[in-house]
Amino acid sequence: MVAAIKQPGWIRGALGALLAAAFGVALVVALRDISGLPIWQTEQTGYPHVVVPLITTPLGFLAGFGAFDYWLRWAVGAPTIPDDHSQHGAKSWRDYFKFNTDHKVIGIQYIVTTFFFFFVGGLLAMLIRAELAQPGAQIVDAATFNGLFSTHAVLMIFVFVIPVFAGLANYVLPLMIGAPDMAFPRLNALSFWMLPLAGLLFIGSYLAPGGAFDAGWTGYAPLSTGAPLGQSFFNLGVQFAGASSIATALNFLVTIITMRAPGMTFWRMPLLVWANLSTSLLVVAATPFIAGAQFMVFFDRILGTQFFQFAGGGDVISYQHIFWFYSHPAVYIMMLPGFGIISEVISTHARKPIFGYRLMALALIGIVVLSYSVWAHHMFVAGMFSWLRVPMMITTLLIAVPTGIKIFSWLGTLFFGKIHTYSTAMLFSLAFIVTFTIGGISGVMLGMVPIDIHVSDTYFIVAHIHFVLFGGSVFTIFAGVYHWFPKMTGRMYDEKLGRVHFWGTVVGTWGTFIPMHWVGMDGMPRRVADYATQFGNWNLLISVFAFMLGAVQLVFLYNMIVSWKYGPRAEGNPWRANSIEWQVSSPPPIFNFDEIPRVVGGPYEFGVPGARHAIMAGEGAEVEQPEPAVAGST
Amino acid sequence: MMGRLPIAKMLAATVVLTVVISVIMVPINWNGEGASTAAAKIDTLLDVMIVLSAFVFSLVMVMLFYALWKFKAKPGDESDGEPIHGNTRLEVAWTVIPTIIVLFGAGYSWAVLDEIENPAQNPLTVDVFSQQFAWSFGYPGKGLAYSEGELHVPLDRQVQFKMHALDVIHSFWVPEWRIKKDNVPGITTTATVTPNKPGTYQLICTELCGFGHASMRAKVVVEPPAKFRKWVGGLKEKVPPPYLETIRQDTETDPIPVGAGGA
Repeated sequence: MVAAIKQPGWIRGALGALLAAAFGVALVVALRDISGLPIWQTEQTGYPHVVVPLITTPLGFLAGFGAFDYWLRWAVGAPTIPDDHSQHGAKSWRDYFKFNTDHKVIGIQYIVTTFFFFFVGGLLAMLIRAELAQPGAQIVDAATFNGLFSTHAVLMIFVFVIPVFAGLANYVLPLMIGAPDMAFPRLNALSFWMLPLAGLLFIGSYLAPGGAFDAGWTGYAPLSTGAPLGQSFFNLGVQFAGASSIATALNFLVTIITMRAPGMTFWRMPLLVWANLSTSLLVVAATPFIAGAQFMVFFDRILGTQFFQFAGGGDVISYQHIFWFYSHPAVYIMMLPGFGIISEVISTHARKPIFGYRLMALALIGIVVLSYSVWAHHMFVAGMFSWLRVPMMITTLLIAVPTGIKIFSWLGTLFFGKIHTYSTAMLFSLAFIVTFTIGGISGVMLGMVPIDIHVSDTYFIVAHIHFVLFGGSVFTIFAGVYHWFPKMTGRMYDEKLGRVHFWGTVVGTWGTFIPMHWVGMDGMPRRVADYATQFGNWNLLISVFAFMLGAVQLVFLYNMIVSWKYGPRAEGNPWRANSIEWQVSSPPPIFNFDEIPRVVGGPYEFGVPGARHAIMAGEGAEVEQPEPAVAGST
Repeated sequence: MMGRLPIAKMLAATVVLTVVISVIMVPINWNGEGASTAAAKIDTLLDVMIVLSAFVFSLVMVMLFYALWKFKAKPGDESDGEPIHGNTRLEVAWTVIPTIIVLFGAGYSWAVLDEIENPAQNPLTVDVFSQQFAWSFGYPGKGLAYSEGELHVPLDRQVQFKMHALDVIHSFWVPEWRIKKDNVPGITTTATVTPNKPGTYQLICTELCGFGHASMRAKVVVEPPAKFRKWVGGLKEKVPPPYLETIRQDTETDPIPVGAGGA
């Protein structure tokens, strides 16, 4: 028992959490007592004896779990315990529940955890659609309904779409650039373990008096500053998810910039690497803004600050400016890694070099730069000073140009290729082009101020965000998971079930989200538990398709679980791809490479005689090394 | 490379598909009934965008399905495609042409925006008060006549709504007018509407404001000026003092409306 308490792990983690929670409560009691305040304060925005432990408990768990052991020893001058890497790799499922610094283990931890939240969030979506199937009240009251769509969005955005991309890249990216691991493996593990804590805080808000946070995922002040206790769970959950994001992005930046294999110049990086480089640039600079915005709301709630209280000299609209200064770049944080995945999958399965590789990379950078200058297009009717609308409209419409370049370049990649559609990953990539084009078109319409004035905050917006986030991001996530499933698990998934999942998802997506455009334009506002009877039939149809879309995800779940355990063994390179991760075994060796590969050409040199992307250990001598034309040269 | 593609046929297919989509979609009245001078302008802008979008969508579909039909690998074919890395002219084209299209869209939208917000001579000013979960309205003259839950406006005269929120943010939307504006605590926001069709409509709150958000509605009546004057004259109540206080302390977002030249 004593040994178990000394060893980092679940027992010490639980103990740490318990001690930290007690410390949090004691701190509140002591400080309030010293200040002569009543010990227990249960105003709906208050509950300090609950919210302070919400901060300390996760930190106590992390400390007990071993997240800070090495750093703390080093900081106090104690002899550090050198990592013997004995925990690298995962021998059984139990190893995934440990503090592990292996990027491949962390990648899988990320993906499985985020998909858990995907299914929880999906279940909430089913409840939302059950309520909306008919006008009037169905299964929940209006206040609970507000909690349902708020938690649905928050789980999907903060603990599914954003981190699942970090998980995929965690696994694949070091292999792709020929690195043995991420630059900061301990920080990487800490980044992961903050994520389930954020998710638990979001879900835990259902236990709070007053129910889950219900001011929408946007949490506009002053609705959020006056909301019940659950809102504080959101404010704090975002801090953990955000810190996790920022640390991972720093890790990716340093890894990509400093750890590429010899010969891998920037213009020889696979586009997935470019995409994660761009995403990370967005995350490190933008995410602090949402952290700040949520802290300000939190302080308004708990400490009585007046950031967003006009009566106290605060400014209500400034919340929206700060929030969207993060949350617009965030939609690209949720999209650019997907662009990278699509490039890998389409090039490989069309057996063709990416069409206009350099322009594809530059388009990513163009999106990064422009995405910081469009935030106020979420605020065209918010009552902000009106001169900002036209410049923001122009930048918003211009950002369609680099996005269009990507669509056309993928199409160009298909031309004169040998297109294979046997892989579910490729099917999702092709469907992505269609759905994302529609999402892009409705985005351009939304960018136009006069149209936006009419459809803003209606179901048209709900349709648009789901076309770009579900038909866009989630399709790319499925493509990525199917594409690298053999690499990560060493087994093949079932393509037949993959096709069932694919067609069910495509039909479900269209059936659910296309009619939402119509009801929105015709006058149905978003975020309502009840609506005019004229929209009843459309909503019933939407709900039916939504239930089908939800049900078909179970096929995916079954396919992944069963194939992981019983699927046929995968070869190292089942898709005959060029990039480095496919040149090692499936799953890759524990330390990735015996010897760091040498990169001698672009990553997409399909059909170029004699071209190589990388030379792996032990094959350098006998291979001649023609220097192929630089990828993307025209 | 390009010479080997049936460019003319693909373009023709794109145009045909564009026409088919446009013929189906343009006649549909997507935004519902229009009842203000702005509605027709916004609906026309939408129709133009539908046609342009139909073209872009058709182009993508034709390219995608042509490629899938023409370049699909035969079963058992393990060879690679042609090592084409790009084409500078084509890449410049699909950068420049979309730029021109979106800049046209931006210019057109800007023009429409200026038109629908252009202040008229002698507009009627109506104060809008929103709170969880009700609307009320103040009318000029006679020490601010007050109406709860029912908004009347005269036909064919520009109305400037001066909006005030008393607790959290609400949003003022009459779908038939195509006009929406948030009501924000602490500031006065303005929306301009010229109703041109008599009738009864619904005012809908479109900014999440709490558990009663979905039911925060008010009745809107557009009627001939004489009838409107009679209705206002019949209002018994005056705007309550706390509401007047809101009007006094709220700051204007735009002291000088864009395009008004500081008038």
